[in-house]
Amino acid sequence: MSELTRLTLAEARDGLGRGDFSAREITEAHLSAIEQARSLNMFITETPERALADAGAADERRARGEPLTLDGLPIAVKDLFCTDGILSTAASHILDGFVPPYESTVSAKLRDAGTVLLGKTNLDEFAMGSANVTSYYGEVENPWRARGDNRRRVPGGSSGGSAAAVAGRCALAAIGTDTGGSIRQPAAFCGIVGLKPTYGRCSRWGIIAFASSLDQAGPMTRTVRDAAIMLRHMAGHDPKDSTSAPREVPDFEAVIESGVRGMRIGIPKEYRVDGMSSELEALWQQGVNWLRAAGAEIVEVSLPHTRYALPTYYIIAPAEASSNLARYDGVRYGLRVEGNSVQEMYENTRGEGFGAEVRRRVLIGTYVLSAGYYDAYYLKAQKVRARIAQDFARAYEKVDAILTPTAPTAAFPIGEKMDDPIAMYLNDVFTVPASLAGLPAISVPAGLSGEGLPLGLQLIGRAFDEEGVLRAARVLEEAAEFTALPTMLGGSV
Amino acid sequence: MSMDKATVARIATLARIKVPEEELEHLAGELGQILGWVEQLGEVDTADVEPMTGVGGVSLPWRKDEVTDGGYPERILSNAPGAEAGFFTVAKVVE
Repeated sequence: MSELTRLTLAEARDGLGRGDFSAREITEAHLSAIEQARSLNMFITETPERALADAGAADERRARGEPLTLDGLPIAVKDLFCTDGILSTAASHILDGFVPPYESTVSAKLRDAGTVLLGKTNLDEFAMGSANVTSYYGEVENPWRARGDNRRRVPGGSSGGSAAAVAGRCALAAIGTDTGGSIRQPAAFCGIVGLKPTYGRCSRWGIIAFASSLDQAGPMTRTVRDAAIMLRHMAGHDPKDSTSAPREVPDFEAVIESGVRGMRIGIPKEYRVDGMSSELEALWQQGVNWLRAAGAEIVEVSLPHTRYALPTYYIIAPAEASSNLARYDGVRYGLRVEGNSVQEMYENTRGEGFGAEVRRRVLIGTYVLSAGYYDAYYLKAQKVRARIAQDFARAYEKVDAILTPTAPTAAFPIGEKMDDPIAMYLNDVFTVPASLAGLPAISVPAGLSGEGLPLGLQLIGRAFDEEGVLRAARVLEEAAEFTALPTMLGGSV
Repeated sequence: MSMDKATVARIATLARIKVPEEELEHLAGELGQILGWVEQLGEVDTADVEPMTGVGGVSLPWRKDEVTDGGYPERILSNAPGAEAGFFTVAKVVE
């Protein structure tokens, strides 16, 4: 592993600024790391030529004395963002060969800031999954393995390729999307930082839609500072997304060292779920102690509808997905499987093009929206969603942020939980409530399990208070001193 | 709740997804299990609550109704499985 791939995004930015190395050198170091890690299947499409061209342009700008803010920093992009002239698949067979003639707003902003595109990372098909095992392009392997256990493990999902690439030092940072935990849970499984911003903070334009009232783009990085840097260049109002918030984008990096003195941190008693492992409970308590030691006031809070968040999510997200995915009909782009009539062509295309999990969710969504069932399922779920949001609103009368574990377990072996959809859905039990309420939330690597696998803690903030979330996350990061390296990179086994 | 094969077949038709006959039974079991699990929402009192249709209570902004984009049919058609003379093509739908 090259020294250059060990740098954080901030260190690389500063090193490029000082002229310690060139954009081309740090890009080549990452391209070679990607090549060496290819068996983990992190990328659906590698873009080495584009990366070297981007790096060359960055070096020229710097030589002219006109560098951009993130000039020459190599990053990876989840293959759910449409990229102009580059295959964009959503990890689905149904988007075979789709090369968008446009660029998503978030990836365009990062490109305009000078970043170098290394490639498009693997994910669960249409971002539906928690283990990156539903991709048409094959599963992704986590760079971490348990101590004394050689089984390949999942990186979490759906942004599993992005998480694995950042953890495996194949990209300085990556972008992902989070609908019910798809940034935070893989970040926890791979030992990195993952931030889901407030709904509306980043434009959804050009992101292949899964559930439009939940989807949000966010950064996946190795440090809290790097997450702050990335978010600044991803966020902002976009007239092309009517749900993007017309708000100023703060300089998140400027506040991360402000600490938590005087901040009130809530601990929701409902997150102490049955069967939580004692090591996860101990880590959570450790997080409480760290924040208290840094001057935060710890307050017990109640979020009484927490246990209804997952079933609510599994009505709303599939309902929205069934509507969003109606566009894949073999007419305008992607796969077409012919039939004797247009109707048959639609059915054949969608029957062959969608994988098992996507099909399951589209069918559930179609059912809960169908005549006679709409009120009982969909309307009911929207009302329970309102209750869940009210729970948070009440809690935020007393506290500034909420601390919970990110996921109920560490990364599990590939192949587990495959036969039982509900067991797989339970991975997101701690991440889904903040998604339903549209709140910003971050996962910070906080320690290793007894088996030597990363565990994450989650901080959930008030709407548009990413600054508070990042400040508290920085305190956790500093206290946790998480420096362990993945097994793949010679970390202890 | 339980779901039968006929219901799965009906939903599959509504969703325009071809599901092979031999998979209906298994899917009925899976979908029935998921729907049974979500039925616990019935326990929640939602008598006086408005359904949450979006986040943040922001009202959608208005804009002028005007053309701001377009004029490049070749780009629009560049990914089409079938295109001819500036149109998408599909099998004949009218006699």
